[in-house]
Order: sequence, then structure tokens, then C-alpha cells
Amino acid sequence: MSSAPVEGLLREAAPRALAALIRRHGRFDACEDAVQEALLAANLQWPERGIPDDPAGWLITVASRRLTDQLRSNESRRRREDAFAFSVPRGDVEVADEDDTLTLLLMCCHPELTPASQTALTLRAVGGLTTAEIARAFLVPEPTMAQRISRAKQRVQRAGARFEPPPPSDAQARLAVVLHVLYLVFNEGYAATSGTEVTRVELTAEAIRLTRLVHDLRPDDGEVAGLLALMLLNDSRRRARTGPDGTLVPLAKQDRSRWDLGLIEEGIELVTVALKGSPLGPYQLQAAIAAVHAEAPEAMDTDWAQITALYEVLERLSPSPVVRLNRAVAVAMVDGPEAGLDLLATLDKDERLAAHYRVTAVRAHLFDLAGEHDAARSSFLDAARSSTSLPERRYLEAQAERLNSPGFSPSRCRSDRNPLDALPE
Amino acid sequence: MKYLLLIYQNPAARQALPQPEMEALMGEAGTIMDELVETGEWIGGEALADPSTARSVRVRDGLAAITDGPFAEAKEQMVGYCIVDCETMQRAVEIATRWPEARLWGMEVRPILSPNGVEM
Repeated sequence: MSSAPVEGLLREAAPRALAALIRRHGRFDACEDAVQEALLAANLQWPERGIPDDPAGWLITVASRRLTDQLRSNESRRRREDAFAFSVPRGDVEVADEDDTLTLLLMCCHPELTPASQTALTLRAVGGLTTAEIARAFLVPEPTMAQRISRAKQRVQRAGARFEPPPPSDAQARLAVVLHVLYLVFNEGYAATSGTEVTRVELTAEAIRLTRLVHDLRPDDGEVAGLLALMLLNDSRRRARTGPDGTLVPLAKQDRSRWDLGLIEEGIELVTVALKGSPLGPYQLQAAIAAVHAEAPEAMDTDWAQITALYEVLERLSPSPVVRLNRAVAVAMVDGPEAGLDLLATLDKDERLAAHYRVTAVRAHLFDLAGEHDAARSSFLDAARSSTSLPERRYLEAQAERLNSPGFSPSRCRSDRNPLDALPE
Repeated sequence: MKYLLLIYQNPAARQALPQPEMEALMGEAGTIMDELVETGEWIGGEALADPSTARSVRVRDGLAAITDGPFAEAKEQMVGYCIVDCETMQRAVEIATRWPEARLWGMEVRPILSPNGVEM
């Protein structure tokens, strides 16, 4: 038997088993160890003996036994364990309902944790990635990631997080944290270039899988649907995003025949339904913007007026310097580069972004578009100096170099100049 | 985001420190390192041998000029480094601020270029 179906089943069943154990025993660390051992046993036994009818139930039974054994072996706690062991009738375990996975997600995204810890713990406990895989994906040594995860577990425990859904008054805010973490996981995978870091594609896949799960549990939540749509629409461009040599291809220059039409269709469908039936939210609006890009057969056909309108609503709903920056690009495409530069000037006093290279990069592109080559060139170089990403720095230096070359002809290069090139999607 | 923390000392002034004081300094740094391991922010780091053991290499017109001693002719010299992975530059600076060398000489904090870029 191939191991692929086993792996898929385990990935789905593991968080449900973990949730069931934590609900009963409340000890994150011990429960997780027990589930890990059960997973190992499943990996060995299932391919040979066949997949049990109830994979999650099987895991819970085995993990409960391991947990019992583990606690029993601790002499000083014998009495409590004995009582506990009797309280768990063997072979008579209930399978956690689906909502338990959401409770587990909410626990991993506890507000006491930093975003980095929330992300790591989510991938470990709900995503079922190994510590080594998560460490590789975030380019940190495995012991560092192990520390981060174990510390996160302790913090959750210390914060007194009980295994139960948050009170209704908190539920929406807590769900928003979960969505943000899934968004970060997706971006962590999506921001990677191709090449050797294959695990990063696993991160986007994992983020999509978990967001789908949350969407199944909360089908009427427009923001959950919006986030899923946003991920699918971004992911649809994956094959077109990198050139053969691994360099990034800006949105405006991507070969759109390589976009995944199935994902685009699904994303557009999701966001359309959400926009009609739910209160408007930032993820829905970002997905709607991604959908407008996806609907354009060529970059030049992009409906920038619609994108500008969507950014205006987005900025009213959730104002941020990054949204303002994106809106400046859209405005430049509709009303000309000077209008974009004017809007960009309003960001100069914003401390959060004033010195950020991305503002400088967009400004460089707008100067370029306006034909102010010297200003454009020095802005490209400024932006390159302050960028902390290697491919981005190379890209910005190449833009400056292009403006420097003696054979440079504005008309020849016009199609190369698109302020969108300076932005993340 | 990963940051490189460059640790500077004035070797002459360091030599002049009494042994107990020197040990106290190293203990201080050790405490911070333990704490960073605990938070998962510690990536790695090393102390460097004395600047006088350095060789500087410059190749000009195909000819290598190798000289004894460190590259920069300054009283302060780099004596070690560490790499931390933390949420913000502010946090990295906070870590550097606690290093004893920051009090006595100087520390430099530099973001490390990320090998993967965001979509442009």
C-alpha cells in the first residue's frame, strides 16, 4: 500500500485525537507526546494491516494507552494515575467531534503567545508537521524551533487555557487571531522562491488545508471564506511566479496561461458568495482585489478603477500604511503617476512606514513612470540598500541599472515599468 | 527576521580589566545566551580569537596582499558575534543593549538578508 493515503488520514485524524486527549487530561505536553507515539505506531501498522474503520478513534485509543503507561511509570504520581487509568475505559473512547479541532486551533493561537510562537504551535499541534520540518521552513535550527514550541506550550498552560471554546464574547476576536496565523503561515510559504526549499510549498498547502477546515466548520463566516479565497487566488499564480532560474516574476510580467484556472474559479466563487451574504471584511476585500487581477487576461486589461475603489473601501474598513501604499499604486494606474506620488507623500509622516524601503520602491517606480529617471534611479538604489530580502535587492538594483544604461530608451522600456512590480501581491 | 549582533571591545582596555571583573562580564553574557536559548531566539554565535591573530586579505590587480592584524585600524575591534531570530529590530536592539560590551564599548545590530523574497 502506498503511504500517501495513510499520511493524509493521519494529518486529519491527529489534531482530533490530540484535541480529545487534551479535553480529557488537559496536559498539552504529555498528550502531544502520546499522540506522536500513536502516530508512529499507525505509520508502522496501517500500511501492513490496513487502515482501521475509525482512524481518529484508533489513534485516541492507542494514545490514551501510551499516556496511561507514561503516567504510570512515574512512581511519585502512581496514586493519581491509577485513579486516572480507571477513569479511562479502554476501547471505549469517543471520537472528538470536528469542532474540537477548532478549539485546538484557538488554543494554539492563544493571545498570550507571540505570532511566531502561535504559528509554530499551530503547525506542530494542528498541522502535524514535525519540529524539523517547521524549523526548516522558517530557516532556524531545529533546537531553536523545539524551544520555541515547548515554551509556547508552557505559556498556554500557564495562561490557564482550558480546553473549551472561548466565551461567545471573545469568540470572534479569537477566530480573527486564528485567521491571522493561517495568513502568516501561508505568506511564509508563499514568499519563498522556488529552488531547494520545497517544504515552503508545504506551508502554503498546509495553510490552505487548515483554512478549508475552518471554512467547513464556519461556512457562514465571510472572513473565513474571504481568507480561503485570497489564498487560493494567490496560490493559483504559483507556477508563473518564478522564472526558470528561480528569480521572481512580477505580477505584471507573469505568463497568465500558467495560472491555475481551477483555483481561480474556486476563489472567485468563494469571495462572490461571501461578499453577497456576509458583513464586509478585510480578507474578503483583499480576495476581491486578487480576483480582479485574476480576471484580467493580460496585465494591461486589469480593471484598475475597480481595484482603486476596492482599496478605498479597504482603507476605510482597516486603515494601514500598507493599504495606503497599495492604493497609491492603483491610483497611479488610473489617474497617472503624479496622483500616485501625491498620495504617497501622505505616508511620509507615518512613522510605521516612513523609512520603509517599500515606500521608496513604489516611489521609484512612479518616478520612472513619470519619466523622471534620475529621481527614479536614486530611489531604486535607496530602496535596494534598505531591503532585507536578497532577491528583492537584486531586482531593485537591476531596475536602477536599467535606468543607468546608455542604450536606455524610454519607449522601448515602457512595458517594463509597472509600479505594481514594487508590491507584494 | 534574523539579526547579527556584532560585539566590539577595545582589546587594550579589556586586558587592563581585573580577572574577577572579566569573569563577571562573561557570566553576564552567558546568562543572556541561556535566556535566548530558552525563548527560542538564539540561533548561534562564537567568540573570536584576539584581533592580533587576524590576517587581512586584499587582492589588487590579481595580486594578494596579506597583512597581519585586523582590517580596520580602530581601537574597538570585533571580538565575537551572535545571531538571533526575533520579531523586530526593536527586540534585537533590546538584546544588544543588555550585552556588557554595549556598556563598555559597543555593539552593532544588522538585519541579515533574507534569502527568500516577497512577491514583487
